[in-house]
Amino acid sequence: MTISEKSEKIRDLKTKILTGNHAAAHALRQAKVGVIAAYPITPQSPVVEKIAEFISKGKLNARFVKVESEHSALAVCCAASATGSRVGTATSSHGLMLMYEMLPWASGNRLPIIINLATRATGAPWSVWTDHQDFITIRDVGWIQMFCMDNQEIYDTNLQAFKIAEDPRVFLPAIVAYDGYILSHTMMPVSIEKQDEVDNFLPPLEHHYNLSDISVVKGIDPVTTPYLRDRSSEGIAPGYFEYRYAMQKALENSIEIIMKVHDEFSEKFGRSYGNGIYKTYLTEDAEVIIFAMGSVASQARNVIGQLRKEGMKVGLVSLKLFRPFPASQLRALLKGVKLVVVFDRDIGYGYEGVLSYELKAALYGLKESPFIKGFIVGLGGRDITDQHIKKGITKALKESEKGIISHETDFIGTQLELLSEYDEKEYFKGGL
Amino acid sequence: MVKTMDLPEEEYILPGTRACAGCSMALIYRIALKALGPNTIITVPASCLTVLHGMQGFCTTKVSVLHTPFATTGASASGIVASLEDKGLADEINVVAFAGDGGTVDIGIQSLSGAVERGTNFIFACYDNEAYMNTGVQRSGSTPPGAFSTTTPNGKTGYKKNMAKILEAHGIPYVATAISSYPLDLYQKFRNAVEIKGPKYIHILAPCPPGWGYNPKDSIEIGRLAVQTGFWPLYEVIEGKFILSKDSQKFIDPAKRKPITDYLKAQKRFKSISDKEIKQYQNYIEAQWNEIEKRIKNE
Repeated sequence: MTISEKSEKIRDLKTKILTGNHAAAHALRQAKVGVIAAYPITPQSPVVEKIAEFISKGKLNARFVKVESEHSALAVCCAASATGSRVGTATSSHGLMLMYEMLPWASGNRLPIIINLATRATGAPWSVWTDHQDFITIRDVGWIQMFCMDNQEIYDTNLQAFKIAEDPRVFLPAIVAYDGYILSHTMMPVSIEKQDEVDNFLPPLEHHYNLSDISVVKGIDPVTTPYLRDRSSEGIAPGYFEYRYAMQKALENSIEIIMKVHDEFSEKFGRSYGNGIYKTYLTEDAEVIIFAMGSVASQARNVIGQLRKEGMKVGLVSLKLFRPFPASQLRALLKGVKLVVVFDRDIGYGYEGVLSYELKAALYGLKESPFIKGFIVGLGGRDITDQHIKKGITKALKESEKGIISHETDFIGTQLELLSEYDEKEYFKGGL
Repeated sequence: MVKTMDLPEEEYILPGTRACAGCSMALIYRIALKALGPNTIITVPASCLTVLHGMQGFCTTKVSVLHTPFATTGASASGIVASLEDKGLADEINVVAFAGDGGTVDIGIQSLSGAVERGTNFIFACYDNEAYMNTGVQRSGSTPPGAFSTTTPNGKTGYKKNMAKILEAHGIPYVATAISSYPLDLYQKFRNAVEIKGPKYIHILAPCPPGWGYNPKDSIEIGRLAVQTGFWPLYEVIEGKFILSKDSQKFIDPAKRKPITDYLKAQKRFKSISDKEIKQYQNYIEAQWNEIEKRIKNE
């Protein structure tokens, strides 16, 4: 492509100023979803409000099933997907947790459903603000889980997510997450591609299930046994173990497909997000690497310039693909790095920040493995400041020099010292 | 009214299913599928019907079936309907949800209520064997008072939810009660439901030999007693109009009704029922028929 052709293309793009939620809605519209089922929840609701508006104005020809709960929302999505439609939805926090039963149902049935997740802390106590607990909590259900850092990325990742999920080698549901309020309600310029270009990138769904074709009788998902089923002339049917093996292998193998789809997207639309599974920033010569996701990574990026001026060779890896966890790629990337400082906006309650312990596990046995130190930041929407990130790095450097390895959580940004005695008694049973 | 000779010969359940001997649900399903015909998609939650459908690798019916988690039957049907509408096939295919009483009146009530409130064009059929039979006879919201179950060893206290009334209160175009012992009435009700657009609900009492405690050969007789004692009136409410079904019409006369004890004493689950509880049944039946009489007079 020549420069003049490129600039022509840029002029041609329809740039809109959109919130993260509306960027997601535009992506669902352009993916031409046939069925949407959703239930309102803060801070996701504007996604489905926008969808309703698209449908009422005739800009989207989809069925919007306005369900009475998120559990039903995902149940409708599962049934509509099994009937052969492309489906998507959006939710947050409690909504995602109410969907929980249906999450492994969707992945176990290999249904390529897309959920947009505007992340939000999980109660109790109530909080409508962001952290990554909802996203992290569903890590074992067999979904592809991706995290975005800006509104363009939300739009782009949605389009990629459908293509990945519907790849016959994958056939798995995927969740596209972005920080509640920080992205969901913040306006940014977003390039909305031409419909025919999107269609060209994302052809219509060719599902492995299609209940609507009644010429083929199917019993979808009856009871499996622990063993194989010999059906005589019809061959041997798999047992539960084989189904779950296939699901796990599809997840493992999807990493390569996710990277390929990302590259194809970037080739076609000129926007890329690292290698599609993580983004690096000034990592080439870095001795210290910050490892984080979403809003936390955005905040950390701010600090890197300042620290580099002070002479610290620091870089950032922001994780985009959380499930399947790209362990082997991260091993190759982080080999030889002195220190990795992980900032988690979540906790695997009773253990550590989840990114922290996932990374430790991923690098297990690696020669020249970095020292890994994790911090908990920003739960329930508490602001993460430059100072918090710097404080973490300073502390991690000290501990790495002394070789102090601890699995105790280390919080940055709490204000325990300001609490009154009453509050301590009331809220901190078990003591500080 | 349809006659036996008018029933389609075609069977939609393949031979060799796993239902218990004397299972009235299997009979209900057989008759219902004959009425629905081949252009049908069924969705089924965890229930005895899951057992009838057998294990992975086979489909025991000649129509497609989507199994779905317990609480989601109404939503699952909604999803199928939405997808068929998306594909322009909604007018050609019947979507039918088939759930037990637990999956209807307890864990399934929310998604059912949502599905009918949205005006979803489907039939929801509840086969009511009055407890969680598939998991071993635990009480449900549909278990009648005084009945033994493994979680009510001294007999159930409280009430049996009147699900047909709850659905009628949604204002939907078709609500009916039925029972396995009157298969022609059952067949006709599914035929009537197919012809109406919108949400349809059919509540079918389904006598259960192991759960109710009677000899499997008596399933039809037990069901007839439920009707003949006036405990289970057969009726339809079409667009709000109440129609007492032919097989129940004569029991509007209390003198024609058999004593409720004929029904209760025939089942082991009621063996410890008290005289006070029997009186409650008699009062319940009387009040029920007074209401029916009023409705018929008003129309």
